[in-house]
Amino acid sequence: MSTVTTTGAAPAAKPRLKTSAMIASIAAEGQRTRPAPFGHALVELAKQRPEIVGMTADLGKYTDLHIFAQAHPDRFYQMGMAEQLLMGAASGMAHEGMMPFVTTYAVFASRRAYDFVHQTIAEENRNVKIACALPGLTSGYGPSHQAAEDLALMRAMPNMVVIDPCDAHEIEQVVPAMAAHNGPVYMRLLRGNVPLVLDEYDYKFELGKAKLLRDGAEVLVISSGIMTMRALEVAQRLEADKIGVAVLHVPTIKPLDTVAILREAGRTGRMVVVAENHTVIGGLGEAVAGTLLRAGVAPVFRQIGLPDEFLKAGALPTLHDLYGISTDAMTASIKGWL
Amino acid sequence: MDTRHDATPLGHNVPIAERAYRIRRNALLMGEVQGQGYIGQALDIADVLAVSYFHAMRYRPEDPHWEERDRFLLSNGHYAIALYAALIEAGIVPAEELETYGSDDSRLPMSGMAAYTPGMEMSGGSLGLGLGIAVGIGLGLKRKNSASRVYTLCSDGELDEGSVWEAIMSAAHYKLDNLIAIVDVNNQQADGPSTQVMAFEPLVDKLEAFGWFVQRIDGNDMDAVVAAFDVARSHPEPKPRMIVCDTKMGKGVPFLEAREKNHFIRIDAHEWQQALDALDAGRTA
Repeated sequence: MSTVTTTGAAPAAKPRLKTSAMIASIAAEGQRTRPAPFGHALVELAKQRPEIVGMTADLGKYTDLHIFAQAHPDRFYQMGMAEQLLMGAASGMAHEGMMPFVTTYAVFASRRAYDFVHQTIAEENRNVKIACALPGLTSGYGPSHQAAEDLALMRAMPNMVVIDPCDAHEIEQVVPAMAAHNGPVYMRLLRGNVPLVLDEYDYKFELGKAKLLRDGAEVLVISSGIMTMRALEVAQRLEADKIGVAVLHVPTIKPLDTVAILREAGRTGRMVVVAENHTVIGGLGEAVAGTLLRAGVAPVFRQIGLPDEFLKAGALPTLHDLYGISTDAMTASIKGWL
Repeated sequence: MDTRHDATPLGHNVPIAERAYRIRRNALLMGEVQGQGYIGQALDIADVLAVSYFHAMRYRPEDPHWEERDRFLLSNGHYAIALYAALIEAGIVPAEELETYGSDDSRLPMSGMAAYTPGMEMSGGSLGLGLGIAVGIGLGLKRKNSASRVYTLCSDGELDEGSVWEAIMSAAHYKLDNLIAIVDVNNQQADGPSTQVMAFEPLVDKLEAFGWFVQRIDGNDMDAVVAAFDVARSHPEPKPRMIVCDTKMGKGVPFLEAREKNHFIRIDAHEWQQALDALDAGRTA
């Protein structure tokens, strides 16, 4: 059973890929990248903001926080493999005027420590910044490490700002923007060698703002995170087929830029495709759908996202093809819908 | 005039036992407003709160956010009725608000929440949160080179929560000698006697093995409570401090002490006045 409207690409005959448990990078072969943008951006920001501290639950090396720890060792707190404590202690730090940047994997912050984020950070409106690696399907390790529902969980929490950045260029801008916002923020973190894409689009991140990265007459893709990178690749491919694809990048999942979404989706004649690296339940797709329905805007609407099932283990490219969020699969889906 | 609602703070020379009496009295008055409440707990912890607010802690009633104050975290948020009684007695919450307890638009909701009440440093209700927050506050105070301390009140049932032990381990790891935790061992939680719901003894041995400086006292012996708080504050080792307080549910109201022990003591409408009278009869100050 599946409620998904995605179409997986036909499995091509290709060499069997190996599972990479905790891959350091989601970058494709030959893609331009920048190393550890979160860690380096935080180090720089911390020079101007002495209240910043870094805290992690035994995942400093795997969230690029080790770069901060090396640069500012007296401001780094190792809380052990204890995510509930991590969130509670971050609340306490913020209570005393610090600005904790806490890191762990998205599954642990959103699932294991949910009540602690909800009660000690969001309900008390503490100035805590949560940056989590392995968001959505960015690990082939299986459901224990695949945070397919992190956006849904974090979105459902009052006071919480939720950001799903696309690439290194954006992450570098998101970090200071998180600090400039007074209150709790959840950011999906891409770590290691992070793809560099948006620098070619004269792009500037603004909290709460969606940005039209390119225009097109036939299809409007509304996307966040790495799916924007994919959407731009899809748009380039379909250009060759004379299919115009517009890409509206929505890095801030909450608060949602409903004005930009309604403006773009309200243009008649375009199919709207929401693409997200997340279960189709409760993420950007349903947020956009609700926005459109409430406003009486009813374009042809399709969702590309992860199915409502426990995802498989395996190599990430294989899984992205299987679940329809690779560039190949996404291109095939959109062509099929036209 | 109904003098029972006179809960005006007294002068600084009032003995601590009298403060404890007045905290109990405030709690009973609030319980009567709602006709219910965690009265058994409020009565058992009144002595500890009296020592906290009228002997150990530094604070300014008129400025609940005074930077140099000692922080008090109510991890067991259902004890809010007890803390409100102490905050009223301390002059942090005006006595007139007592009769709003648990009502619409009151600053005194039944479960303690930071945004509602002056002097309430955290939002409780969900158990097992406070000690972790206290670790962060302890670390933050040290970052600021602050001499303030963070006190945290937990319940014995709360020890079932794994997060409490995460915090216990980390407080020792970070040598948080500015953290004083109090565990109220009244041996009652929702489903029955705490020791039967989940065995937590030998508590002192466990906490010492985790690297804490631990004292265990009769939490309703005022002299013992004062002495334990003094020792906790002056102890020289770089360790977090725990005061395990054995207390008696309903303390100070003999017929409630004798009532079949229950997490949520049932009190009939006509019994509130009897409880106040019984409390007055046992007044020691």
